[in-house]
Amino acid sequence: MDMIKTLKDLKPGQSGVVTNIRSRGPIKRRLIDMGVTPGAEVYIRKTAPLGDPIEIQIRGYELSLRKEEAKDILVELKNTEALQ
Amino acid sequence: MKTIALTGNPNSGKTTLFNKLTGSNQYVGNWPGVTVEKKEGYIRGKNVDAKVTDLPGIYSLSPYSPEEVVTRNYILQEKPDVIINIVDGTNIERNLYLTLSVIELGRPVVVAVNMIDEVNAGGGSIDCKAISGELGVPVIPISAKSGSNIDALLDAAMKAEKTPDLSDRIYSVDAQISIAKIEKLIRNDCEKFGLPVMWSAVKVLENDGMIIEQLGISGERLAAIDQIARNFEASGTIGDRETMLADQRYRYITDLVKRHVVKAVKLGDQTLSDKIDRFATHRILALPIFFGVMALIFYATFGPIGSFFSDAVDILINNIIAEKAMSFLTSINSPEWVISLVTDGVIPGVGGVLVFLPQIAILFFFLSLLEDSGYMARAAFIMDRAFRRFGLSGKSFIPLLMGFGCSVPAIMATRTLENERDRRMTIILAPFMSCAARWPVYALFISAFFEESRWLVALSIYALGIVAAVVSGIILKHTLFKGKTVPFVMELPAYRMPTYSGTLLRLWDRVREFLIRAGTLIFSMSVLVWFLSSFGKGLSMVEPGKSTFAAIGKFIAPVFAPLGFGEWRASVALLTGLVAKEAVVSTMGILYGLSDAAAESGNLIPIIRQAFSPASAYSFMAFTLLYVPCVSALAATRREMNSRKWSLIAVFWQLGTAYVVSFIIYQIAKLFV
Repeated sequence: MDMIKTLKDLKPGQSGVVTNIRSRGPIKRRLIDMGVTPGAEVYIRKTAPLGDPIEIQIRGYELSLRKEEAKDILVELKNTEALQ
Repeated sequence: MKTIALTGNPNSGKTTLFNKLTGSNQYVGNWPGVTVEKKEGYIRGKNVDAKVTDLPGIYSLSPYSPEEVVTRNYILQEKPDVIINIVDGTNIERNLYLTLSVIELGRPVVVAVNMIDEVNAGGGSIDCKAISGELGVPVIPISAKSGSNIDALLDAAMKAEKTPDLSDRIYSVDAQISIAKIEKLIRNDCEKFGLPVMWSAVKVLENDGMIIEQLGISGERLAAIDQIARNFEASGTIGDRETMLADQRYRYITDLVKRHVVKAVKLGDQTLSDKIDRFATHRILALPIFFGVMALIFYATFGPIGSFFSDAVDILINNIIAEKAMSFLTSINSPEWVISLVTDGVIPGVGGVLVFLPQIAILFFFLSLLEDSGYMARAAFIMDRAFRRFGLSGKSFIPLLMGFGCSVPAIMATRTLENERDRRMTIILAPFMSCAARWPVYALFISAFFEESRWLVALSIYALGIVAAVVSGIILKHTLFKGKTVPFVMELPAYRMPTYSGTLLRLWDRVREFLIRAGTLIFSMSVLVWFLSSFGKGLSMVEPGKSTFAAIGKFIAPVFAPLGFGEWRASVALLTGLVAKEAVVSTMGILYGLSDAAAESGNLIPIIRQAFSPASAYSFMAFTLLYVPCVSALAATRREMNSRKWSLIAVFWQLGTAYVVSFIIYQIAKLFV
C-alpha cells in the first residue's frame, strides 16, 4: 500500500513521488528550482559516510541535501524493492 | 560588435564553451561588490565580431544568491544583444528550467544543447528541431569539448532576434489571468525603470521581494497584488504561488522532454559515475580515499616537489637577482637609499611572495582537476556533516587545509565554494590554520623555553589555531552570519575527464592574477613597509630601532602589556611580521642587536630567555599564530572578499581573536608559572 512519508524517512534504494514541500522561504525556493516539485520521482541513492547529507536521484540527476531539508519534503512511497 | 551573454547551470560545460569561443582572449575579474567571478572575452572571426560575458553558473533566476542576482541584473541592465543558454543534454530536464526563466527576460536567446555526443553515445537522442519549434528560439546541439557545431551556434547567435512569449503554453489559465492583472498594475513603473513587463509581473506574482521593492510597490497596490496572488493560490491544491508557478514550468518541461527526448538513463540506473561513487562516497572507504587525495595534494604542493621549485625561485631572486641588482646599483653609484629600497624592500618583499608561485601553481593545478572532474562536490558531500557544526559547509575543508601551507592559496581556493556566505566565513577562518611561515617563530620560542616538550608545544599551537577557527565559526554563525544559513542542496555532477586546455587556462588565470598582484599591491606594500622601517623623523635613514616603525612600536607596546609582551621590540617585530610572518624572527634579531645570521643560528635564544617568560612566550606564539596574516594574504582577502567592509571585518576578527586568546593564555599561565 502507498503511504506518505518524509524524504528523510526513506531508506537507500527506496523511491517515491514528491507530494509536498513544507519548508519556507529561500530553502523552499532552492528546492523547487532544483526540480524538487510535487509529482517529481525521487530515488534514494545513499547516505554520506558521516550519516548526513543524503544523495537522491531526481529528474535524471544526482542531488545531495541535508536531512534537515529532507524532513520537510513529503513523498509517497512506491513499492520498489525490485529497484535495489 | 555584438554583445553575447553566456548563461547556464553549473557543470553544464559553460566554461568549456567560453574557452572554446574566446581562446586565451579572456579577462577575469569580479562583479562589483560580490565575490562572484566575472569573465569576459572576445570572438573575432570571419562573420563574427562579438564580446562574450560569461555569467555565473546558476540553476534559476531567484533573488536568493549573489550569482543569480548578478546574472539577472546583467541581463536586465546591460541588455546583451543575445543570450546563449547552454544546456547539459544529459540532464536536460532541470537545465531547461533556467532556459524558461531566461527566455522570460525578454532578450533574444539561443539554446545550445551541450554534450550531445555523450547523449547519443549512451543510446539517447534529443530532437532539437522539434524543441526549437516549441520554444520559439534556435536550439543547436553542440559538443563544447570537441568543438563540434560551435560555428552553427555562433551563426544562430549572430542572427538571433526573436524573444518569444511562452506564458500561454507554460502557465495555467488562472496564472495567466493573475499575470495579466498584475501587468496592468505595474506597467507604468516597469517602463520607468526599464524592466520587461511580463517578466516583472511573473516575479511579482512569485513574491520576488527584490522586484517589488525596485518597482516601489507598496500600500494599496501591494494589497491588490496580494489579493490577486491569494486568488491564484486558491485555484490550485499544491500550496503557495512560488511552488505553483515552478510546478507549472516543470510540468511544461516534463511534457516537452517526454515528447522529444529519449533518455539513456532511467530512474535508479547505475551510470559510470555511480560506479565510481560506489568507492568515492562509500560508507567506509570514502573518508580514507578523501584523506588520501588531500594528503597527496598537500604533499605535492608543500612537500619535496613544491619545495624544490620554491627553493629554485628563492635562489634565483635572493641570490642571483639580488646580487646582480646590488652590484649594478653600486657600479652606477646609486645613493644608499636606492640600494636599500631595492635590496631591503622590493626584492625581499616581492621576492618573498614570488617564492610561493610554484606552490600556488601546483595547488591550483590539482584544484582544477578536482573541480573539473566532479570530485570536489563529493568532497563536500563527505565532509559536510563535520563542518556544518561550525557554520561552514563541506567544501570549506580544502581551503582550510591549504591554510597550513600558505594563507594566500588558501584564500584564493575559497573560489571553489559556491556560496558567498561560506566563502566569506572561510576567508576569515583560513588564516587561523598555521601557515609554514609562522614556524620559524615557534621554533625560536620553543627552543628558548619548551625544549623538553618540543613537539607537544608545537602541536598545541597548531591545535590552538584549529580550535580558534572552530570557536570563531560557531560564534560567527550565531552573530555576523546569523539567519543567513544556506541550505546544502548541491548537485553531484557526473564525473568527467578534465580537459587539458580547460585545466591549463584556469591555472594560467590564477598564476597571472598572482603575478599582477605581486607586481602592484605587494610591490607598493613592500616599499611602504621598507620606508616605515628604514626612515625615522626628518626623513633620514636610521637603523630599525629608531625608525617610524619603532616609534609606532613604542606607542602601541602598552597595549600588549596584559598579554605579557608589552615591550616595544616585540611590537615592532609583530609589525614587520605583516610583511611576512618569518620576519618576526629576523626583526627581533636586528632589534636585539644581532645580525640576521646570528638570529637564525640561535644566538637569539639567551636574549629571548631574558626578555620573555614561558607564559609570555606562549602568549606571543599564540598572538603570532592568530593576528592578521601577512600583506600578501591581506591582499588576497581584499581581492576575494571584494568588499572593504568584509575585509575590515576579517582583520578585526583576527586581531580581536589574537588579543583575547593571548590575554587569556597569559593571565591563566601567570597563575601557574
